[in-house]
Amino acid sequence: MSRNDVLVDADWVEAHLDDPQVAVVEVDEDTSAYEKNHIRNAIRIDWKRDLQDPVRRDFVNKEQFEALLSERGIGNDTTVVLYGGNNNWFASYAYWYFKLYGHQDVKLLDGGRKKWELDSRDLVEQVPTRPATTYVAQEQDASIRAFRDEAVAAINVKNLVDVRSPDEFSGKLLAPAHLPQEQSQRPGHIPSAKNIPWSKSANDDGTFKSDEELTELYQEEGVDLAKDTIAYCRIGERSAHTWFVLHELLGQANVKNYDGSWTEYGSLVGVPIELGA
Amino acid sequence: MCGATTGGLSREGIDVSKETVIEGTVSKDGVPVTGYVRLLNADGEFTAEVPTSATGAFRFFAAPGSWTLRALVPGGSADRAVVASLGEVHEVAIAV
Repeated sequence: MSRNDVLVDADWVEAHLDDPQVAVVEVDEDTSAYEKNHIRNAIRIDWKRDLQDPVRRDFVNKEQFEALLSERGIGNDTTVVLYGGNNNWFASYAYWYFKLYGHQDVKLLDGGRKKWELDSRDLVEQVPTRPATTYVAQEQDASIRAFRDEAVAAINVKNLVDVRSPDEFSGKLLAPAHLPQEQSQRPGHIPSAKNIPWSKSANDDGTFKSDEELTELYQEEGVDLAKDTIAYCRIGERSAHTWFVLHELLGQANVKNYDGSWTEYGSLVGVPIELGA
Repeated sequence: MCGATTGGLSREGIDVSKETVIEGTVSKDGVPVTGYVRLLNADGEFTAEVPTSATGAFRFFAAPGSWTLRALVPGGSADRAVVASLGEVHEVAIAV
């Protein structure tokens, strides 16, 4: 696995907009962004409505994921290119989610929607249709998803990488600063976690930094890349971005995304919490 | 639009007394422009980013203290410093 296998640039996407083997998929935190406009021939996946169970806090099951991809016209051999706003947070989350259910050929558009817009590339309103498929998913790959007990057991044992902003890590903020701050959970971070904000792995335009810069970043912050790593944030989308960096770009084995993240951990009764930088 | 400020974003449903709001508009050559605004903390670390509305408006829910706003638009960027406090709405106009 190398950068070229998992990342494409805007020129590549523009050259494949009419390629039926390629499905360009927009996934945004603001699920209405697609309705305003989107890359031509891109379809939408709504990270909330399509990927979350409507009642329990968990993902849709294998059969529901199969039905979703079949209906959207994504086949098992389709090259899926994901992009979105917010520096690809939710596109990275969808990437990790596609990998969780075993989709082989999935890539991210480097820089996502922001770089596309800042480059003044074309966006359209027309919604395309893709012929339905019969998609067959794999069972969830437990090697890339961490649950709460594993996060607690990782304290002082594995690398815990908290990718939220420094002010969320220290407990000053409870959510990213574009969201209201009133939340039910306690502020702070998991003891022994290192704060390496996702933003340090990206340039201002949302593209990923070079492999050399990324390796140096994690080494300088004292992450022993030989050890197993669990990344977390608030709800698992920014940590999917860091999972992508560590697992897909840098090729680190044994990296998991804890999607329960702070909204779960900070609500658990009796677990240790650290405050401050 | 109920609760809207002139040219800005609606405050409907937001209890401003419990938030530290930094909001405003981005313009280029005197005209509102769409793009992105980043919020950097006192150490210059990235804290948040929002796309602007069609009228160039943006909003953050920050914490009391010193912040820097960085506007990114096609072909340009600009920084503005702001000191924010709880329960107040800090209006910042950014010209790129």
